[in-house]
Amino acid sequence: MEVGIVSYGAYVPRYRIKPEEIGRVWGTDGIAMGKGLMIFSKSVPGPDEDTITISVEAARNMMRRVDVDPKDIGAIYVGSESHPYAVKPSGTIVAEAIEASPELTVADFEFACKAGTAAIQTCMGLVGSGMMKYGVAIGADTSQGAPGDALEYSASAGGAAHMIGAEKIIARIDHTYSYTTDTPDFWRREGQMYPSHGGRFTGEPAYFKHIVSCARGLMKKAGTTPDDYAHAVFHQPNGKFPTRVAKQMGFTEAQGKLGLIVPHIGNTYSGAVPLGLAAILDEAKPGDRIFAIAYGSGAGSDGFDMTVTDEISTFKRDRAPTVKEQIANPKYLDYATYAKFRGKITLGRG
Amino acid sequence: MATAPRFWRQNPSRYNLIGIKCNSCGKNYFPPRAICPVCHRKSVGKIEPLKFKGEGAIFSFSEVHEGIDEKATLKPYLVAMVELDEGPKITGQVIDCDACDLKIGARVRTVLRKLSEEGSAGVIHYGYKFVPVRDKKE
Amino acid sequence: MRRVAVIGVGDTKFGELWDASFRDIGIRAGLAAVEDAKISAEMIDAVFVGNMSAGRFIEQEHIGALIADYAGLARDHIPATRVEAAGASGGLALRQGFMAVASGLHDIVVVGGAEKMMDVSDIASSMIQSSASDQEWETELGATFASLHALIARRHMHEYGTTREQLADVAVKNHKNGSLNPKAQFQREINRDVVLRSPLVADPLRVFDCSPSSDGAAAVVLCPLDDAKKYVETPVEIIGSGQASDTLALHHRRDILTMDATRIAAKKAFKRAGLEQKDVQLAEVHDNFTISEILAIEDLGFFKKGEGGKATEDGRTALDGEIAINTSGGLKARGDPIGATGLAQAVEVVTQLRGVAGKRQVKDASVGLTHNVGGTGATVIVHIFRRS
Repeated sequence: MEVGIVSYGAYVPRYRIKPEEIGRVWGTDGIAMGKGLMIFSKSVPGPDEDTITISVEAARNMMRRVDVDPKDIGAIYVGSESHPYAVKPSGTIVAEAIEASPELTVADFEFACKAGTAAIQTCMGLVGSGMMKYGVAIGADTSQGAPGDALEYSASAGGAAHMIGAEKIIARIDHTYSYTTDTPDFWRREGQMYPSHGGRFTGEPAYFKHIVSCARGLMKKAGTTPDDYAHAVFHQPNGKFPTRVAKQMGFTEAQGKLGLIVPHIGNTYSGAVPLGLAAILDEAKPGDRIFAIAYGSGAGSDGFDMTVTDEISTFKRDRAPTVKEQIANPKYLDYATYAKFRGKITLGRG
Repeated sequence: MATAPRFWRQNPSRYNLIGIKCNSCGKNYFPPRAICPVCHRKSVGKIEPLKFKGEGAIFSFSEVHEGIDEKATLKPYLVAMVELDEGPKITGQVIDCDACDLKIGARVRTVLRKLSEEGSAGVIHYGYKFVPVRDKKE
Repeated sequence: MRRVAVIGVGDTKFGELWDASFRDIGIRAGLAAVEDAKISAEMIDAVFVGNMSAGRFIEQEHIGALIADYAGLARDHIPATRVEAAGASGGLALRQGFMAVASGLHDIVVVGGAEKMMDVSDIASSMIQSSASDQEWETELGATFASLHALIARRHMHEYGTTREQLADVAVKNHKNGSLNPKAQFQREINRDVVLRSPLVADPLRVFDCSPSSDGAAAVVLCPLDDAKKYVETPVEIIGSGQASDTLALHHRRDILTMDATRIAAKKAFKRAGLEQKDVQLAEVHDNFTISEILAIEDLGFFKKGEGGKATEDGRTALDGEIAINTSGGLKARGDPIGATGLAQAVEVVTQLRGVAGKRQVKDASVGLTHNVGGTGATVIVHIFRRS
């Protein structure tokens, strides 16, 4: 059975902070830092936003674009590394908020930055096997970098929801392929507020090895070369890594243009590839082939080979805001307000 | 302080603006109530759930500086009384904007946000807040 | 129905009463009222106590029995009843006492009101006061008690052109009256600038637009008018009593700029008294926020809707104005120990009608009115008093 994306929705918080503002506080050359990372501002969630509210807004934008009965949704999986609860699912709230409850299955996924794409694969299996009509896969995060750490320049917030089904598909998923090893490049222990990372160890043996291996494996399986694709999106912890990995494998800058959103909003972690994919679908035309490779620390990569169908011409894209529209109209914060919003200030209790 | 069951009970209305319509007089109410204040006994058996669209106009608003401990990280924050397109007025916070962006009559729509949490180890409560409508889609 | 008179009044100073507990202040006010009426304990048939939230302020419920007990009445086993209607608790207790005497059920009734607010933090106090509005559909959505009044204020300014300065004038007048009242929490005159430069609480309302948190108690002694002369030279008769309710949440009101409950309660009280607004020389109205006084003087019928701000600015509500509003200093300057407020209003009106209000005495006062509000207007009690 053919399966693919039936609808999608994105959400990016309105607030932003610039690297020069972060650098100002820590005595670092923020402009140079931003250039090095290719991040010129990052999104910041409001003090009342979290992975759950971002997932709900993304899922509602996804529902606005189709006339699907929410009761036909058989599964909702929310992939994130910043679920507000350690125990208690994020997905149940999403399910209630889009009125898909109670006859469905829900679970939260965690695989660093690729939990959202792992959810897409799970939904593909459930829909493809005929177990359900639609499955919803969400990748969303409100990631934190420790104050002063390099991660603070990139860790941001946002998410996207993708509805996987077998009818009225706007982007058919022709192949998927994953590459997984045990590589401790980035982690967060239970109860810790901020993640830890292995510095340069997150580069070659982690991000690059897994993305390149996954990309090669996927193209071998699909029998394709980079030239076959109109668009390519790679996990984007910063602007530099995906640009370098794309070039290394022979993808052009033009192919990566639509999906590269990190320079404007930073690293949305589990939201990164789902949001990049949403940005591509916002503008893709029938027949476009899309190449997408997610990466999650710890470590693994999920790859997708997709084809945009004719269905996209009648798809109601404009019933919800595009990624580009959400990237526009930002509200910039100073570091003090950012620290207040992100709970980095200890409050006395009256 | 809110408690989990008391909040949970209202989730349909807080997440999805479920109110009621009185089929005796045709008036809409939010939140749900068992008896229509216009029709009294005539409304019994004629009340049905109604999902409000969550769009309306600001009737009045205030920037709150003092008063609720748990909203400390939000302070100052905006509260408004909003007249929904279906008729009823409701009260809620307005977010993602400044007081100077608001005026009486401005269009707003609901989004889901955190309303409060019962301390750092307690349950988090979610519900509607308002954002200004910036264009037809957003 | 029997006619009812006030034969004794008593109160505590309002403010920060650190040395006194809830029961201490309740008894102080009750004892003062009983001494003023020159009655003895055995003569008391029943006690009513107005109190909003002792359960949350001092974690003590069962206030009726507590007050009767510490008043030394436990062995007399008299009925003791607590009455609650948020900010209108005191006024409602007075109405319960009035009905008990009027009906013939009891002859001598002591009605008290007390609140001990300073034992909790400002934030806690504010949150307790918010429980007078709709907890589930206002407070939990982020509306504070002050911000609900701010919504009224902004809309009143929008619809009627009421100015920020006119709101300030309410506070200026009430502080001036408070400066003449030795029992007032604030006995300092202020000017417009003080109000306009005070910190924002809920825009457009500032600190000086809001009544304070206070400790305090007040009490009256009631008896049938026919017996009143036995106890006092100048009995004051309660000639009208009106009570009305409205939606709990402000957003459900017919018009947020009109307290319908005030209109209806006033209409009932005036009808029973057989009087009109022009017959009243002074009124204690529920100015928990400056905008509340403007709504009150409009809805009580003293001024046309939308003209309350202008009337205040023009001095028409001053001590020497057409109608003296809040001669005690009101909730703003006299203080607002919630459950005590309705009774403190009665104590002030009786004091004025007896002609013993000293520097703040309204000349030739014969009829006075009290207006006590619960929440943002969900309960309103109006009483009209006449020197007998």
